[in-house]
Amino acid sequence: MAQIGYSKKVMEHFMNPRNVGTIENPDGHGKVGNPVCGDLMEMYIKVEDDVITDIKFQTFGCGSAIATSSMVTELAKGMHVDEAMKLTRNDVASELDGLPPQKMHCSNLAADALHEAIKDYESKKETTERGTKAQREDGRQGKHRS
Amino acid sequence: MERVYLDYVSSKPIDPRVLEFAKPFLEGGCGNPSSLHSAGLEAKHLLEDARAKVAELINGENEKTIIFTGSATEANNLAIKGGALRNMSKGKEVAATAIEHISVLNPMKELQKNGFTLNLIPVDSTGMVDLVKLEEILTKKTTVTSIMYANNEIGTIEPIKEISKIVHDKGWYLHVDATAAAGYLPVDVQAEGIDMLTLSSNDLYGPQGAGALYVKPGVKLQPVILGGGQESGLRSGTENIFAIAGMGEAARIAKEEMAQESERLKGIRDNLIQALLMIEGAYLTGHPTKRLPHHASFRFNYIEGESILLNMDRLNIQVATGSACSSKTLEPSHVLLAIGLKHEEAHGSTVLTLGRLNKVEEIPTIVKSVKETVERLRKLSPLSSREVI
Repeated sequence: MAQIGYSKKVMEHFMNPRNVGTIENPDGHGKVGNPVCGDLMEMYIKVEDDVITDIKFQTFGCGSAIATSSMVTELAKGMHVDEAMKLTRNDVASELDGLPPQKMHCSNLAADALHEAIKDYESKKETTERGTKAQREDGRQGKHRS
Repeated sequence: MERVYLDYVSSKPIDPRVLEFAKPFLEGGCGNPSSLHSAGLEAKHLLEDARAKVAELINGENEKTIIFTGSATEANNLAIKGGALRNMSKGKEVAATAIEHISVLNPMKELQKNGFTLNLIPVDSTGMVDLVKLEEILTKKTTVTSIMYANNEIGTIEPIKEISKIVHDKGWYLHVDATAAAGYLPVDVQAEGIDMLTLSSNDLYGPQGAGALYVKPGVKLQPVILGGGQESGLRSGTENIFAIAGMGEAARIAKEEMAQESERLKGIRDNLIQALLMIEGAYLTGHPTKRLPHHASFRFNYIEGESILLNMDRLNIQVATGSACSSKTLEPSHVLLAIGLKHEEAHGSTVLTLGRLNKVEEIPTIVKSVKETVERLRKLSPLSSREVI
């Protein structure tokens, strides 16, 4: 029989979403969707040695938008950022025992929000590394000069 | 917690008295009203009895003005397609308000695809028809103008008597979809100048599977469904006697109890509206006073209607929403857009409709549950901490 409505798991995550909130000074922040479309998600991550140690979300949207956000935070927590980048919308949906077909696209943006947060982290890391490298080089040059 | 059902505009339970009345025709079966033997004549008698009761509810001239169909959707199709196609010699224009039910708008759009001109009449921010625009839009080529008695999503009641004057002055037939209003408001087709009027059995607490179109004597239609020529040739197909007999009895009860019941529901509705508008960022949709007595519709900032519906359902309260996320097309309700709401505003729509099983004692539970729901979802929303909407 075709699935009618949301799975139990979707409803469980909708009613008791994990990792709700924001992180102050996050290592990465991602935002996807917009209120006009009816879905807006924001994802915050803390990263140590390229491993996601903390993750929080805020979501405006329907039941599946909230449930997929919650699920993706649960999946990503403790994951290496490279692994987390490989999480797809389908992974999130199947972990939730499926979503109604019309919800697969618009309300399943949670993985995208996570990827945006990781990209933000990567770009910040690059800037910091370039800064540190430049500092080291400055130091060496300084030494050389003296 | 016991179920609190607040979605009477979508579906109503069959009244136990109606079921008691009509059950024998389902259990024991009955003849075909077209047959001439005694079983057929008994069925014919039931059919005509129901017709008289339905005509009486809306003050139709006589029982022959009632054409039974399978649903209100079918009655709307018959009025619009049947009216427009039969009267093509007068012109190929039809008109409807932008907030009509989809079973009015879609047949009109089909006519449009086949060479008719469709004119949509705008409404104001409370959902009231713009009478000046109506007058401008209609011409002597406009054969069918369809304007609902009251809107199912925002509860607004249209000024049918004034509309009727304009339609008959400028155009031809006025069709009124009274699905949401009948049984709650005293509809009078003669006093209000209505040419065709749609009714639904279930919306009167009758069984699903029957609807009716009132057709004023002299109004010319052509059938949409052809066959054995039942229902004065306008709707072929063997009549669903159980549903039709039930609809008749439901109409009789509605007429008898309407005044008292509408007053009772209005009391509950006003209490709900007053209490829920205390919530910050909560707004009423539709007209503040000219609205159906059982209808309370809102929008809440920063949160989305499907989430509200699901959360309320977990608290065992059933409500409706016009949010895009709850629809198959993922478009927000055309009604909410027509009253000028932005997409992001329409997403927060929540509709509470009351009925016979609701009690005044339920008010505190409903108010508490809506408040809890709004508060919880706003905590999850990135918008509530900002001034985005």
